[in-house]
Amino acid sequence: MTTPAASPSDRLPARPSDRPTARPSDHLTSAIWATGIGVFLFIYLPLVVVILYSFHDATIVAWPFKPFTLRWFGVLAQDSAMLDAAGASLKLAVLATLIALGVGVPGAFVLDRLQFPGKDAFERLVLLPLILPGVITGVALLTFFSFIGLSLTSGYPLVPGWPVVLGHGAALTSIVVTQVYARLRRFDRALEEASQDLYANEWQTFRYVTLPVIRSAVLGSALLVFTLSLDEIAVTFFLIGRQNTVPLQIWGLLRRGLTPEVNAAATVIFFLSVVVIVCWARLMREE
Amino acid sequence: MGSEYGADPKAPGAPARRTGLLDRIRASRRLTTIIGAALPVGWVTALLFLPYLFLFAHSFFRLKNGQLTHELTLENYGRLFGTSLYPNTILFSAGIALRVTLASLLLSYPLAYLLAFKVKKHRNLLYMAVIIPLWVSYLVRAYAWKIILGQEGILNGFLQAIGVIDQPLAFLLYSKWAVMLALVHIYTPFTLMPIYAGLESIAPALKEASQDLYASRWRTFWHVVLPLSLPGVIAGCTFAFVLSMGDFIAPVLLGGNDSALMVSNLVVSLFGVAYNWPLGAAVSVVMLGMTLILLTLARKLEDRMNYAGQAGGRAGAAKAGAGMGRGALHT
Repeated sequence: MTTPAASPSDRLPARPSDRPTARPSDHLTSAIWATGIGVFLFIYLPLVVVILYSFHDATIVAWPFKPFTLRWFGVLAQDSAMLDAAGASLKLAVLATLIALGVGVPGAFVLDRLQFPGKDAFERLVLLPLILPGVITGVALLTFFSFIGLSLTSGYPLVPGWPVVLGHGAALTSIVVTQVYARLRRFDRALEEASQDLYANEWQTFRYVTLPVIRSAVLGSALLVFTLSLDEIAVTFFLIGRQNTVPLQIWGLLRRGLTPEVNAAATVIFFLSVVVIVCWARLMREE
Repeated sequence: MGSEYGADPKAPGAPARRTGLLDRIRASRRLTTIIGAALPVGWVTALLFLPYLFLFAHSFFRLKNGQLTHELTLENYGRLFGTSLYPNTILFSAGIALRVTLASLLLSYPLAYLLAFKVKKHRNLLYMAVIIPLWVSYLVRAYAWKIILGQEGILNGFLQAIGVIDQPLAFLLYSKWAVMLALVHIYTPFTLMPIYAGLESIAPALKEASQDLYASRWRTFWHVVLPLSLPGVIAGCTFAFVLSMGDFIAPVLLGGNDSALMVSNLVVSLFGVAYNWPLGAAVSVVMLGMTLILLTLARKLEDRMNYAGQAGGRAGAAKAGAGMGRGALHT
């Protein structure tokens, strides 16, 4: 440390009263607490407003709040376009998750264990959709699918459209790769060698040594991909064929006008997301 | 060459035990490896490399009478840089993104600091609470500001009810300020993640050492904590900037006439109603180039700041984490 303070004895009497944890009542600490709590409220208040107004007993979302009705959840449950969208979104999310796992887990092993020319480029490409604005990935996939002549509605009604399924798979594979790769890097390969020394074959080694280590990373990333696919807008916007997903359906509602039905949908989405996150957090704590 | 799922074939003892079958096992192992590697590499080539390449190629195609042809031309770029519309829009978006980034940083740093150093109980729970909104539909968060800021909206109604204003304030919604507010709201937790990871990994001993050497709290912060947290700050800011610059939903919902004018909105319209894919591709390529340059610079800068070793490793991991958008958190 290059603290330009003189020798301790010179300054001893003037020792500033630091040790922040010891005195919670001083100004600086209170200021930090106040700012932090303010930011926390800034993050949450808008969400609270949205959820509260899903119980709003009027057709227009406006002040004052009129408590309490469940009818907007009834309207939501009867909205056949929204239900179709929910079905499409679920299908899409399941397929995207399967693809992302099927490609992403081997992809993480490739990053962890293989050396080949172009590996660096491979790593950067895999991660690119995470860092780029969704618009760019969306239009890139659009130009590609249109060039090879894969129609956006192909596969409908079996799936919402192959391009959007492949697009989600491509954009979200990176999530699985990063999560599993991070786990593999911390994994001591000596354990695998020990297993082989104890005459386990490769499959047994993978099944009983490697897999348990990456298990929670795999499941956790699957949950993430699933949620992110449900919420994805930018790539979906460009690739969707005939059947809207939930976010696009909500977007359509928003442009027509604001009714508490949107709030009801938002509330459902919020609590489903929280459930998924709690599962995710438990998985992560498991390690 | 290591095998995909198995142990390192060079592991001591392994060859001696498997004589005889050795060649066959080696061959089959190599086959598994090749298949296991071909899948992800092929996938990434087909569905990421080729699409980005096609986007690039499209930016050189010529549009003739509204028809896309495969003749090569530079006129899309000529048009892009020849008129003031596109450069101005790009600069405008960058300006918005810059302000959003700074505001997100100013909001998230104190909260991250609080979580990392001041909160003793339930720290993980609180951290989760801060980043939960990242998983909650992006659209919901943008929508929240629409109902809050609207002319008939909740804020106007509230202010009128308590008598602060007589007439609803019309300027709240449908302005670039509304867009920026929503983007700050969306990207603050995002910026917080790598900053928190960086702060949290600072060994308490370093702070204590600084204080034992009679540094004041300001000095400790300025000379110890802040430098060690910079890699996280850079990571968070880079992502907030890139993603808010590329946003096209918030401007449509909250921006009104004047600022559905972010660069991504131009791309959306060029690929949609305006139907000029080559020009849209050219604009996207410029965005892509800017993003890549920025990311490279950020990476260089972070590498230089990672001199302090201990924070560097974790903050680097956090950067990879934050990369995935809401994805990764700290792993």
